Amino acid sequence: MKHFTLNGLIGGVLVAILLTVAAIGLIWTPYDPMKLSFTARLAAPSAAHWLGTDEFGRDVYTRLVYGARTTLYISILVTIIVAPIGFLIGATAGYLGGWVDIVLMRITDIFLSFPSLVLALAFSASLGPGIENAVIAIALTVWPPIARLARAETLTFRNADFVVAAELQGAGMIRILVRHIVPLCAPSVVVRLTLNMSSIILTAAGLGFLGLGAQPPMPEWGAMAASGRQYLLDAWWLTTIPGVAILTVSLAFNLLGDGLRDILDPRNA
Amino acid sequence: MIRFILNRLLMALPTVLIVSITVFALIRFIPGDPAALMLGDMATPEQIAEMRTELGLDKSMPEQFLVWSGNVLTGDFGRSIVNDEEILPLVVSRFMVSAEIVIIAVILASLIAVPAGVIAAWRQNSITDLALVGTATVLLSIPTFWLGLLLLLFFGLKLGWLPVLGYVSISDNLVGGLLYLVLPIMTLVIHEAGVLIRMARASTLEVLRLDYITHARAKGLSESAVLWKHAFKNAFGPTWTMIGLILGNLLGGIAVIETVFTIPGLGRLMVDSIFQRDYPVIQGCLLFVALSYVVVNLIVDLLYPLFDPRVVAE
Repeated sequence: MKHFTLNGLIGGVLVAILLTVAAIGLIWTPYDPMKLSFTARLAAPSAAHWLGTDEFGRDVYTRLVYGARTTLYISILVTIIVAPIGFLIGATAGYLGGWVDIVLMRITDIFLSFPSLVLALAFSASLGPGIENAVIAIALTVWPPIARLARAETLTFRNADFVVAAELQGAGMIRILVRHIVPLCAPSVVVRLTLNMSSIILTAAGLGFLGLGAQPPMPEWGAMAASGRQYLLDAWWLTTIPGVAILTVSLAFNLLGDGLRDILDPRNA
Repeated sequence: MIRFILNRLLMALPTVLIVSITVFALIRFIPGDPAALMLGDMATPEQIAEMRTELGLDKSMPEQFLVWSGNVLTGDFGRSIVNDEEILPLVVSRFMVSAEIVIIAVILASLIAVPAGVIAAWRQNSITDLALVGTATVLLSIPTFWLGLLLLLFFGLKLGWLPVLGYVSISDNLVGGLLYLVLPIMTLVIHEAGVLIRMARASTLEVLRLDYITHARAKGLSESAVLWKHAFKNAFGPTWTMIGLILGNLLGGIAVIETVFTIPGLGRLMVDSIFQRDYPVIQGCLLFVALSYVVVNLIVDLLYPLFDPRVVAE
């Protein structure tokens, strides 16, 4: 299993680099991401502009760094929203069983029965394009598998002696869930959430590419790749570089998730 | 067996009902008055009131829903606001374009990825396994629109082998039509193969650990017999479900690919309608996509016993 740990390490390092780049961008970037310069339109990568400039003369490296922040913002916000919801619904369904379980799982199944990008499109249509609405739309498609997983994990512990012992001591449902069940479900849910990061990033970039995610002039990788489309032959860097960034980050989270799974959840290795 | 089929059909019904309520409600949640939005800033209050009556917005919500679902059941999805086209034929014709790409791509991806995943599992932790899993992980991390653009740049613009933009229907021109489909299909195959290789590998690994496989090997069966006759049959179930989910997801979700290659599919229709605020068309697309997703998964479920008879017994 040694190589999986190596994969996880590579993923972890790449995620760390992403965080560092985004953090450095908070303090310093070579240019202003919004500053237009019509004398420096579509300049190729050089010492002055490390990754070239776009069709408005904005520095691509600077926008890439700001885009990293957008991507992190979306994926972390989605994860913060879905993790408690998924946990709560899944663990409650698994713990209580009976009709509560049936109703909650039915709702989960219905959300699962919408193709994810289509659900995201539907919400963008209804709420209007924009980054916050993209977050809501993506969150709606991400929580059901988490709930399913949390329920399955809860069921395996539901009748364990330590849960029964806690019940006999008079612990309430909330206490048992939070203190006894959630910590045991956490490893597999954390693995799932990490692997999900990748699909969140890809969906967000896809929405940005379609013009339904982050709105211009906000720097976002998907939207940057989309606007570079018209200059595919003359200015390869405009599409290629944001794409490489998306690929790298999405790959990093997949590798990190695989690595975490090997450590935290050896059953599925 | 008949009970199993009936059971699955009955289970799909509440999903269909709730999906249609959701689609109906989503469009009503849009802030502002749809009638005013559709008519624009220059509309007089009388025009807006007239539009509201025309759209049935002056009736109560449940009443509106009943009218709408009644119309939908008789095949009347309404008309587009932008060009007054009838929605159902429009959606169906666009769906056919998306479906031909998606179905071919999913079949090709399965034919490549499933054997690759089984072989990776069989040779777990070998160089072959590492290479296959590594490739699969990279493939599933690639943003599809970017991959599409790169393929377009390379095969279309640099080499000039394939047409760059546009679409010709296969029924109009078989060879020409196929040429336009090569790049979008290739993009989808590459991306989805990544997901399927990992899935097929994981489910095969689960099965290979079981005692009956050890027994089959101990009997002296050849490795290929163990792998394909004993392991594969039991391992294919989860992958089959995954193929169904991918198929359903892509039928509405290839808007991105259709945008890259300017293909007039259902996804593109939906995105264009969102930008044009053509709500009846968005509603029609959503409903059609959700229903086709339910139908695809129903078919996948109904065919499941062919691979794993145990589900019928349950």
